[in-house]
Amino acid sequence: MAEHARASSRQLADEFMEAVLHLPDGDKVKQCIQCGTCSGSCPTSYAMDYTPREIIAALRSGMLDRVLGSNTMWMCSSCYGCTVRCPAGIKLTDVMYQLKSLAMKHGRYPKGVTTPALQQAFVAEVESHGRNSEVGLMRRFFTSTNPLNGLRNLPLAWQMYRRGRLSLKASRLSDEGRRQLKAIADKARGG
Amino acid sequence: MARLFYPGCALEQSGRPYEVSALAVARALGLGLPELEDWSCCGATAYMGTHEVWALALAARNLALAEAAGADELVTACSGCFVVLNKADKYLASQPQLARTVNEALAAGGLTYHGGVRVRHLLDVIVNGVRPEAINAQMKTSLAGLKVAPYYGCQIGRPFDDFDDAEYPTSLDGLLEAVEAEVVPFPLKSRCCGGMLMSTAADVAVKLTYNILECADRAGAQCIATTCPLCTVNLEGYRQHVARAYGKSYSHIPVLAFTQLLAVALGLPRQETGVDMGLVPAEPVLAAYL
Repeated sequence: MAEHARASSRQLADEFMEAVLHLPDGDKVKQCIQCGTCSGSCPTSYAMDYTPREIIAALRSGMLDRVLGSNTMWMCSSCYGCTVRCPAGIKLTDVMYQLKSLAMKHGRYPKGVTTPALQQAFVAEVESHGRNSEVGLMRRFFTSTNPLNGLRNLPLAWQMYRRGRLSLKASRLSDEGRRQLKAIADKARGG
Repeated sequence: MARLFYPGCALEQSGRPYEVSALAVARALGLGLPELEDWSCCGATAYMGTHEVWALALAARNLALAEAAGADELVTACSGCFVVLNKADKYLASQPQLARTVNEALAAGGLTYHGGVRVRHLLDVIVNGVRPEAINAQMKTSLAGLKVAPYYGCQIGRPFDDFDDAEYPTSLDGLLEAVEAEVVPFPLKSRCCGGMLMSTAADVAVKLTYNILECADRAGAQCIATTCPLCTVNLEGYRQHVARAYGKSYSHIPVLAFTQLLAVALGLPRQETGVDMGLVPAEPVLAAYL
């Protein structure tokens, strides 16, 4: 949850702009012409509260409360279709990543959105093995969200197991590799 | 030219048929692909959506290890790993400040990345390195008569590499034609399979996979060729979900990594093709070629 007092929409907007400007072409967000190519290209925009075009407009108006209260970035599958087509050169997939990061940091996302839990499970898997165990990831994810959904996926897991495609034992780095990875991660998160 | 192979986490688990066939095909084609020692997870979309610098540092650790091992190229068969590793390489090259920050993190683990490694997808290495003509010359079993939908998925062509077109790629088409398969027109060839939304927004991902399966079926495809272990699982592992929502399970259309079809065409031993490891049986479609 939020580490500090609840940030205002304006504070969140400033934080977002600062983060996005560190990325290549981050400043292009200011050059959106509202043409809607992103929304038209997006395979999941039909399921979003606000389309990608609307999100850019809201970001520029500082309406971060509404943006973070929507499901939009959590519906982004990272297909990069919008990034490839945007005539203003906006890297929209990166914008969605920044919004996810901002929402995770402040604990601000709608109830029922489970992607943050999946991302946390993923990070926990990589922290413990240096690699991602599919079984471990799903176990952590379903335990923290809906264990019943986990049970519903058991038939698929069984099919995978029978065909030699499910590893019960996680593949992992050497002890030295994991120590190295942890040192890098600690520095990257702090810096 | 020194190349190292980056398997990635999915390839050695749910992506086993792809891994087995990719390594066998690489051997048969004389491509040396030793594995990058002590590689770590690329970070995938989960890290990118958690903390950008952390994500780039995680990916860059692998690039730095490859560089220290003397490699010019790091080759991966997973489009998810490909886009993340390639993005890290390209972003560090274009943003000096970002490169400094990431290198400070790498230094905590005794590593540095100077930008000397080119990240490539295995499809690119086979099409533009080995070349389709050479594969045709080594072909033992023609795939003539096999109708294949070439499914590239989204991340292989976008947006950090230009070995093929981002909208309508054709390199896999040419490769399949080199082993005489019949490549069907496939308009959704680079449309997204839903990726990790299969876990977090299943209705949406099931709709996207349904679109792709229906498109392949209408084109008359007997199988779908893939270039990514995650697309493969989404397209073959959720047929019952597709059937519940849309009334069709497409049980006559198996999904095979492109290297599995190449392994068949090169006449490699059956266990090296991985064709018996699919969730949708490939035997009925491939029996004549095995």
